[in-house]
Parts: sequence; C-alpha cells; structure tokens
Amino acid sequence: MFEVSLGHYLTLGAIIFTIGIIGIFLNRKNVIVILMSIELILLAVNINLVSFSIFLQDLSGQIFTLFILTVAAAEAAIGLAIIVVYYRNAGTIRVEEIENLKG
Amino acid sequence: MEYFIVFLPLLGAFIAGFFGNKFDQKYSQFMTSLFVSISSILSIIVFLKVLNYGYSNNLLISSWINSGTLNVNWSIKVDALSSLMMVVVTLVSALVHIYSIGYMSHDPHKPRFMSYLSLFTFAMLVLVTSDNFLQLFFGWEGVGLCSYFLIGFWFKKKAANAAAIKAFVVNRVGDFGFALGIFLIFYYFGTVSYDEVFSQIQTLNAKNINFLGFEFKSIDLICILLFIGAMGKSAQIFLHTWLPDAMEGPTPVSALIHAATMVTAGVFLVVRCSPIYEYSELALNIITVIGMSTAFFAATIALVQTDIKKIIAYSTCSQLGYMFFATGVGAYNVAMFHLFTHAFFKALLFLGAGSVIHSFKDEQDIEKMGGVYKKIPYTYALMLVGTLALTGFPFLSGFYSKDAIIEFAYLRGNVTGIYAAGIGIVTAMLTAIYSWRLFFKTFHGNYNNQEVKYEKIHESPAVMILPLIVLGLGSIFAGFFFKDLLIGNQSSVNFWGESIKFLEPLSEDHPPLWFILLTPTIVTLSIPISYYLFLKDKSVLENFTKTNYPLINFLKKKWYFDELYSYIFVEPCKKLGLFFWIDGLTIDRFGPDGISNLIKGLSIKAVKFQNGFIYQYAFIMLIGFSLILTYLIIK
Repeated sequence: MFEVSLGHYLTLGAIIFTIGIIGIFLNRKNVIVILMSIELILLAVNINLVSFSIFLQDLSGQIFTLFILTVAAAEAAIGLAIIVVYYRNAGTIRVEEIENLKG
Repeated sequence: MEYFIVFLPLLGAFIAGFFGNKFDQKYSQFMTSLFVSISSILSIIVFLKVLNYGYSNNLLISSWINSGTLNVNWSIKVDALSSLMMVVVTLVSALVHIYSIGYMSHDPHKPRFMSYLSLFTFAMLVLVTSDNFLQLFFGWEGVGLCSYFLIGFWFKKKAANAAAIKAFVVNRVGDFGFALGIFLIFYYFGTVSYDEVFSQIQTLNAKNINFLGFEFKSIDLICILLFIGAMGKSAQIFLHTWLPDAMEGPTPVSALIHAATMVTAGVFLVVRCSPIYEYSELALNIITVIGMSTAFFAATIALVQTDIKKIIAYSTCSQLGYMFFATGVGAYNVAMFHLFTHAFFKALLFLGAGSVIHSFKDEQDIEKMGGVYKKIPYTYALMLVGTLALTGFPFLSGFYSKDAIIEFAYLRGNVTGIYAAGIGIVTAMLTAIYSWRLFFKTFHGNYNNQEVKYEKIHESPAVMILPLIVLGLGSIFAGFFFKDLLIGNQSSVNFWGESIKFLEPLSEDHPPLWFILLTPTIVTLSIPISYYLFLKDKSVLENFTKTNYPLINFLKKKWYFDELYSYIFVEPCKKLGLFFWIDGLTIDRFGPDGISNLIKGLSIKAVKFQNGFIYQYAFIMLIGFSLILTYLIIK
C-alpha cells in the first residue's frame, strides 16, 4: 500500500512554493495575483511546518502555523487595502503599467 | 662704439616693445628710427676706419657657454667683411625705419612694428659680428624669429599667418642642416670659434666620414651641411618656397628682411666660411649649380607673375642665385659686392613698390595699375633707377656687380664655370624682361584700376620718398665707387685682408671684349623689346601665350613646387601628426574622456535593471536571497 510520508508533504510544499514564486514574476495581469502568490508561498511554509511538527512529534510547529495564518490574514487585508487605494490613485492595478520606480 | 652699433637697436626694440603704448605712438617711431640711424652712422665710421687703417678688432661682450672644452663667447668681431655687412644692415634698416613712419601711418600697432624691426636689426648685427658659429646660429635664429613676427604682423590675415609659419618651417629644414654642420665642426675641432676652426682646417683634408650610408670627405660634408642652412635662409631652389609667400608681410619688411639683409645671410655665411669652402671642390660645384639653377628658375617664374611684390621676391631669389654662383666659382668678394649693390636697388624697388601700393590703396596686382607715371613722378623716377640698376644697365651699380659675376664665372674656366656664365647671361636677359614688364605695366599703358579713381592717385609723403632717394643714390653710385675697393685686382690685399681666403688668387685676366660687351648689349636691347611686347603690340605676346599655354601655366604655377611639396611632405606629415596626436587620441581617449565614457556606458546598462516592474524586483530579490542561502548552507 502506498504510504504518504514526510517526503511527499515536503514535495507538495516545495511545489506550492515554486508555483507561488513563478506566479510573482510570470504574472502579467494584476497586482492581486501577486498577493495571491505570496499567500501561496506562506501556505507552502505552513505545510512544511505542519509536516515537520507531526514528524518530530512537536506541537510548537502547529502553533506557529496558526500564528502565520493570522499574520497572513492581516497581511492580506492590508495588501488588499493598499491595492484598493492604489487603484483609486492610479486608476489601474495592471502590473505592466505600474512602473513608477523606473530609473 | 661697436657696442652702440649692436645694442642701440636692441634698446630701441626693448623700449618700443614694452613701453611703446605708454606714450604717443610717434615717439616710438621716432626713437627707434633715431637709434638705428645713429647705429648706421657709427657703422659707417667703423667701415671708414677699416677702410683707411685696416682696423680690425674682436670685442668680447661676455662669456656665454663655458663647459668642458666648449668655450663660446658673445663678441663683436670687426673686420672688412663684418664692417661691410654692418653698413648694409644698419643703413637699409635705418631707411626702412624712416620709410615705415609713412607707410604704416594707418596701422594701429606702430610700436610693435617698430620694435620688431629694431629687434631684427639687432639679431642681424649679432649674426654678422659673431666670431664663432654658435653666436652666428643665435643671430641666424633671431632673424628667423623676427622674420616670422613680421611676416605674420597682420595677424588677422589668414594668409599672413600661414606664410609666417611656412617661412619658419621651411627654414627649420635648412637650419637642421646648418646645426648638423656646426656639430660636425665641433666634433672635429672641439671648438666653434672661427679663428681656431679656420687655422686647423687643413688637418681635415684626408679624413672621411660615413653619413647616411655614404662615404664623404669630412670637409665636403661640413660645407654641404652649412650650405643647406644657407639655402634655407637665402631661399635657394628647393627651399625657396617660403620667400614669395613671405610677401604677405608689410612692404618695408619685404624690403629690409626679404631683399636686403636676412636673405643674404646665407651668402654671408658662405663668404665667412670661405677658408673652409676653398678646400672643398665638390661643395663649391654644388653651390654653383644650385645658385645658377635658382637664378634661372626664379627669373622664369618672375616673367609671368602679376603680383608686384611677388615679382620682386622672385627677382630677389634670382639675384641671390647670382651671389651663390659667384661664391661657387670662388669669387667671394664679387658675391659680397653684388650683395652690397643688390641691397640698395632691391630695397629701393621694394620700397618703391610699397609706395605704388600705398598710392593705389593696397592694390598689388600690376594688371590693375598702369598709366600713372605723371601722378607719382618721384616714385616713378626712383623705380626707374631701381629697375635700371637691377637689370644691370651700364654704369649703374647692378651693371658692375652682375657683370663681374658673369665674367668671373667665365674666367673660372671649368665646365661649371662656363655653364654658369651662360646661364648668367640668359638670366640677365630674363631679369631685364620681367623688370621692364613690371615697370611698364605699373606706370605706363592704360589706367586699369576700377576701385581707385585716377584723380585720387597721389604721391607718397616725403618721409617715404626721402629714404627712396638715398637708396636711389646708392643704386646709381655704389657700384661705381666701390668696384675697385671690393673687386679690384688689389682688393684682397687692400680691403678684405684676412676675412676672405682665396686659395689661389683670383684670375687677373679679362675675358674677351665681345664677352664683356655681351651682357650690357642684351640688357640694353631688352628695353625696346619689352616696350614693344608689353606696351606697343600686345598681340604678339597674346598669341605666344595661347600657343604655349602649358609652358605659361607651368611658370604661373611656379614650377609646381608648392603642389609637389604639399603632396610629398605636407599631407603625409598631417596624417602622421593626426596619428600621433597623443593629446587627443591617446591621453584623452584613455584618460578623462575614457573614464567618463565608461561610467556613462555602465550606468546606461545599470538603468536597464530599474525598469519599475515590481515582479522583476521581487524575482531579483529572490535570486539574491537564494544565493545567500545557498552560500550559508554550503558553508
């Protein structure tokens, strides 16, 4: 029978992390996608934490996960708020048009 | 007294040059003229002393270089040769100074001009009174420098600047040879003093030297190198190109520097070094060939020029050729005699031309003159005297000296001598034709000037005419009165003494009568011929010009010397110069300009990172982060 082991969890975490990173810079649409990608990266970290927590029989990892979820929620709220304000100011949230930092 | 002769012009130059603008300009004109005039009177006194008492002296001014075996002094050597030169230099210079007061009356920079003229006089006097080769070289370069200043005097004129630079650069070529000659003299004798060199010259007879892969007799090489210097200064063929261009300078300058004094420095050098040249048959032959080639070639060019000053310039070139071939056939005293008479009539012609130019309001083209002899009678008469003297019309000064040259060339008896005599006679005829052409076109015929009305033509002021009259008297009588003294049978005993050395005494024979009569006859016949050709019946000449167009053009282009030199030397030098343009192409390229370009290029590349897209920043951040992480893990 197929046994789901630590390796599989870590692989899943790595895949989600990678998807998150690729989502950041292959994204041509809008800033919200970047925010979503960051959430994905955080989730990947969470998966790692939970996996190791079970593997090592240590609860502190799962507690950390809860903290991270809380922070992520707060971060998402702030991020979305920033995006809303930005949209109000600039009239767009398309990534390609946000280039005020160009030197 | 000799100190005053040499240093008064320097004092005048100094005061006029540095303080001339502090007071009224006429004071500097007056002062420099006065100083040079005093100097000329004193030199005449010295000359008379030399003449009557055989006076000679070597006054030490101070020691210049004292290093090892090289001892060089500043000194004033007075002997027959230098006293004669002093008279020529100071007298012509004084007259030119006075003439300049009138000629330059409309110029705003009079003190500067007078200062240069006086400085030139000083340098020329240093040259002729030197007792060693180094001081001679100092004077040589001094006159070259003043010539540069004066040719480029109207510095706003582009052509004048170019001509000044050309004169300087062409003279460098000659001076290079001259300097090498002096080095060689020092190498062999360990001294540059005339007396010591001349007394040891015979020790050099058997020695050879390898120069540029050729085996020369040392004495030949020394003579040839010195002669190259003389060629540069005296505008002999191959190094003559600067002289016609030098006519861009003011006319008094042309009279003083480019006719009477500086250009004769080369002749003076050869005569001064006669004790060396006498031992070098080869060098004398080269001088003869170069001299007669120049005489002939310059005369042919003068036939077709239309600029009044350029005609006279080529004429000067040609007469200098005469002087050189006189030295080449060993008749040094005749060369000096011709130098002496030439100084008078050529300065007269130049100053007369200046007077004509002044009357025509700076017109120099003889095609745009004519028919004005009634309006400017004094200038006309004086130019007539000058022209007659130049052509060698019987009993004027040019007659004695030029005929003497041709006769001595004939008496020399060898091939070059006979050939030189033949060329000399032909050139005498050409000289007569171009001189009369200039004269008739300038003063006779129809009035051809559109810009100045005939009625407006006026005679020059007295301050310009008086010096001309003095020179005119010189042109008429100098030959007659000085011929026995300078070229008579006893002249080397009575006058020249030690200053000119003849290995064999000059021949005392006379050439056959037909030969003596040949030149004056040709010269006299040239007058009606020129009158017919240039005034009466111009169609003959026009037809000739049409049928011989290539020949005329060849002459008009001055034998294509300028084009040739431009092609062979100037253009390649320009390219080479650009190639070695270290300042712009090497230092700047890798120095300041290089660094700034590098930074510019780098920052343009750096700017490309800052494209403003957040996702790329984030990506770069991630890459950096993972690099740091990797490093930490591996460590």
